[in-house]
Formats: sequence, structure tokens, C-alpha cells
Amino acid sequence: MNTIKKLAGYIWMLMSPILILFLVFEANQKISTATEAAKSNVILQWVIILLIFTPICVGFFIFGKYAIAGEYNHLPESSEEL
Amino acid sequence: MSQEIKQSKIAFVIGASSVGTLIEWYDFYIFGMLATIISKQFFPADAGTAALLSTLAIFAAGFIVRPFGALVFGRLGDLIGRKHTFLLTLVIMGGSTFAIGLVPGYASIGWAAPILVLILRLLQGLALGGEYGGAATYVAEHAPAGQRGFWTSWIQTTATLGLFLALGIIILIRSNQGVEKFSAEWGGWRYPFWISIVLVGVSVLIRMRMSESPMFTKLKSEGKTSANPLKESFGQKRNFKMVLLALFGAVMGQGVVWYTGQFYAQSFIENVCKIDFIQSRNIMLVAILMATPCFVLFGWLSDKVGRKWIMLFGMLAAVLTYRPIYQQFLTISSTQNRIDKIDLTKTVASAVKAKTDSKDATKIYITQSFDTVYTDGAVFKYTKTDTLKLGATYNTLIPIDSLNPSLIVSKSAKPNVVIEKTLGSGDAWSMIWLVFIQIVYVTMVYGPIAAFLVELFPTKIRYTSMSLPYHIGNGVFGGLVPFLGTLIVEFSKTAQNPKGDSLAGLWYPIGVAAVCFIIGLIYLSNKIDKEVMD
Repeated sequence: MNTIKKLAGYIWMLMSPILILFLVFEANQKISTATEAAKSNVILQWVIILLIFTPICVGFFIFGKYAIAGEYNHLPESSEEL
Repeated sequence: MSQEIKQSKIAFVIGASSVGTLIEWYDFYIFGMLATIISKQFFPADAGTAALLSTLAIFAAGFIVRPFGALVFGRLGDLIGRKHTFLLTLVIMGGSTFAIGLVPGYASIGWAAPILVLILRLLQGLALGGEYGGAATYVAEHAPAGQRGFWTSWIQTTATLGLFLALGIIILIRSNQGVEKFSAEWGGWRYPFWISIVLVGVSVLIRMRMSESPMFTKLKSEGKTSANPLKESFGQKRNFKMVLLALFGAVMGQGVVWYTGQFYAQSFIENVCKIDFIQSRNIMLVAILMATPCFVLFGWLSDKVGRKWIMLFGMLAAVLTYRPIYQQFLTISSTQNRIDKIDLTKTVASAVKAKTDSKDATKIYITQSFDTVYTDGAVFKYTKTDTLKLGATYNTLIPIDSLNPSLIVSKSAKPNVVIEKTLGSGDAWSMIWLVFIQIVYVTMVYGPIAAFLVELFPTKIRYTSMSLPYHIGNGVFGGLVPFLGTLIVEFSKTAQNPKGDSLAGLWYPIGVAAVCFIIGLIYLSNKIDKEVMD
């Protein structure tokens, strides 16, 4: 199981930049195709989405890194281990 | 005897904590449920800056501010204690909700109205971010060993009951007042905001009688509280890795399952299936009421079999069945499937009505309704409105049928058609069961989550550590379900299929829940720590 945990860590690390790039691409596309009246609103929505999801993706990257490092091989089982 | 006292004390703790949390949810929901009226009252009709402020009010409070509230109040709760912190969040939430009900409309005070509403909405989001973690931690730290899932599950019911209460009060006032009175500047839509102050007052009185959590009191007397909860929670790998695991292995999946079951379902039934306003809400109310006991059931079960498998099973069931469930919604409400059930003896068209535009007397709206009645009791109402531009002012005394056609300068190319479907009781119950199934999934993922989060973190930084992943999972991943769902449906529109795939929006919750299921399956432990007396 620990091997699977580590191998999956590479997937999580890889997914993070892909997700960020996907969001940037979509934001760019949606903003460029928005009508003039709705443009500022669309920009605001996508800026908020990018501001929120970028740190989450960074967190996901760190999660993958921890998984590869074996940080999740043993989880705390009692209060003493917390 | 001592056991009885203990039981009555924990019951009081649960009651006092739950009532406050329920009211906070109620306060948070009424804004969202009345968003259409609020946007009309507080924001000018033209787009531009008004739309921006409206977006900020809804987006910011739901997504950005909640995690910040978790950090601010979580830190405070770990520094000064649980009791005073979540008393403070309750007062902030209740006060800002009441104040929203007092803000005059845009027509009276102009731009001050949307700005005040935005500030108050941000305060609501902050308070909500601090409330849940406090209540869950407080209850868990009172709960006897081996019963933490059961007792904290009562807190979990409050989010759903808050929704129930908000829906119930709005429907009650709207039905009594009628749509016009309810939507006026100082109309009935303000009552739910004012009612909040009474509920909060009662809850504050109850909460003031509560004592501090025994674990936190012990920690404080020993001088072992954290000096810097934020640094200890997120600056140390030992704890931060658990924050990440909680978020990606449990809470993000729980968030999307919850928001899909309780919010996306309602929006889908109303906007895609076109079910009538009152009936769509009644469907939700009945389903929620029937499924709510399952929170406690799964909380209790998680004490016996562990938290992990119950939560993961709920996510997996959601991933596998969302599309068939929503397809069934479409089938039930479809017009094509019921052509042979039309009751021709009752199907009628209303008289044609004309209404002059309030600003332009040469512009008139011609409306006609067609009620298609079906043998199973369903009534599908189509209201068609044409806009006509006349060469002269329209005299309302002249029946529209007698209007001289030469007066018509132009006519709207496409009439505006509004569809309102009221289902017969059989189909309405089918919809209730389909929503019920989704709420059961919600109870599976949400019932054990408070106990699960509490057990991951030590007492001295528990409030801070558990609040952040909870509010990112629910506020961000969950809160974005309606927005991203709608966006994905837009993506699916093509020249060949201009309406798009109405089920495409489900790929977002399905995708997030699937990733969360895999992470939870691989990384989470099912072991329960019977004591959290670290």
C-alpha cells in the first residue's frame, strides 16, 4: 500500500500545474469571448476563481510531495501521536 | 445517576451548540434564497458596476471570506477558548443579518445600499467561517469516548435544518402576502432577516449559560495552549500534512456531494426541469425532512465501524448514480413523454392581455397563457409574451383584439416563453425520492465528518486546523458547484446542439468526488481514536 501511496503522489504533483494551466486557459478564453457589457463581471469571476484555486493547487502539489516522501505511510492512531 | 447527569449535560451542550449553528445557517441561506429580490432592491437595474457588486456579494462571502473567518476565529478559539469565540460569531452573524433587513433599497439611498449589503454579507461569511469549527470542536470535546460521531452528528443536522427553516419561513410569508407585497421595497422578504434577531437573542442567552470545553479548560490550566495556532497548524509539517489530507481525502468530496444534493438539485429542478417555484421548494423540503435523521444514523454508525468507509461509500454512490438520477428528473418533467396523457377537456388558453411599458407608453406586452392539463394531475403552463412597438400611445380602454394592425411599428422577433410545470402527486413523489437519495448521500459524507476532523488534530490547535479544510472543502469546492456546473453546460453547447447537454454540469461534482474517493481510499485510516484527551 505504501508503494501505491508514493506512486499516486506523482499523479497529484503532476495534476496541480495541469489544473492551473487549464484554469488560466479557460479564463482567457471566457474573458475574450465575453460581451462588452458582461466583460468586467466575467473578469472578476475568473480572477476570483484563479485566486482561490491557485493556492489550492499548490496545496495539492505539496500533498503529492508529502505522499512521495512517505509522510502518509503511517498516520497517527492515538492522541499521543497527534 | 452520574451517567444520567452526564447524558443531560451533553444533551444541553448539543442543544445549545446546535441551535446557534442552525441559526447561523438560516441567516446565511436566506440571503441566497432571496438573492433575486435582493438584487432588485439593492442594485440598480442596469448592469456594469451593479452586477460587479452583486457578484462580489455572492461570490466573496461564499468562497473567499469563509476560509478567512475560519482562520480568524479558529485562531481566537484556540487562544481564548471555544465558548466565547462561537458566541462572538453568533452575534456577528445575527447582527449583520438583522441589519441587511434594515438597509433601505437603492431607490431610497442609492449606491450606499449595495455597498452596505456587501459589507454585511462579508461579515456573514466571516462569522460562518468561525462558527462551525467551534461548535463541532466544542461538542466533540464534551462527548463521551466512543460516542463522538453520534453526538457531533447533531451539529451536522443543523446545516440542513437551517436550509429547511429558511425555506419554510420564506414560503410561509410569500404564500400569505402574495408575490407583489412580498417583493416590495419594505415587503415581506425583509421579515426572515428581522426574525433572525429573535432567534439569535434566544440562542445567545442559551449559549451564555454554557461552560468552556473541559479539554480546553484543562489545557489552559496547565498552560499548554498554543501561543501561535496559525503557525503550529500550517507551519509545521506534522500538522499541515493532516490538513491537506483532510481537505483532499475527505472534505472536498463531502463539499461537492453536499452542495449537489441540496443546492444543485433545487436549481436543476427549477431552472432545467421548469418545475413551479413553490412545488420545487416543497419537493426539497419533504426530501430534506425525510433524510435528516440519517445524519444521526451515520454519525452513530461511524462510532461502530469507523468514519472512512461511510464517507467513501457516500462519495462512490454519488459518483455512480448522479447522472441516472438527473436523467430521471428530465424524464419525469419531459413534455414528450406525456403527450398521450393530455386531458383535452381541461386544456385551455387564457384571454390575451396587454400591458403598457411603465416608461414607454407606445410599447406594449401581449401575454397569453396556455394551460395543458394532464390526466395524472400535472399542469404545464406556458406563458407567451410578445413585445409590440406602436406608432402611437396605446389606449388601455381599447381591447387588444380591436387594435388596428397598422399601428404596429415592430414586433419582437421571438416571443418570450415562460414555462411553469406543476407535477401530479405521483411524479412529484418520484422527484422527492430522487432528491431523498441524494440527501442520504449527503448524510453519509457529512454525518461523520465533524468527528473525523476533530480526531485528526490536537486540542491546542484543533479549532484552527479543522476549520480551514472544512471551509475550503465546503465554501470553495462545494460552493462552486452551481457556478461551475452552469459553466460546463455552456461548454457543451455546439452549433449542432445549441442547448448543450443539461447533464454536463454534473461532471464537476462527479470528478471532484471521484478524486477525493481515490485519495481517501488510499491514504485515510479507518482507525478511531476513542480518546482525544491529548
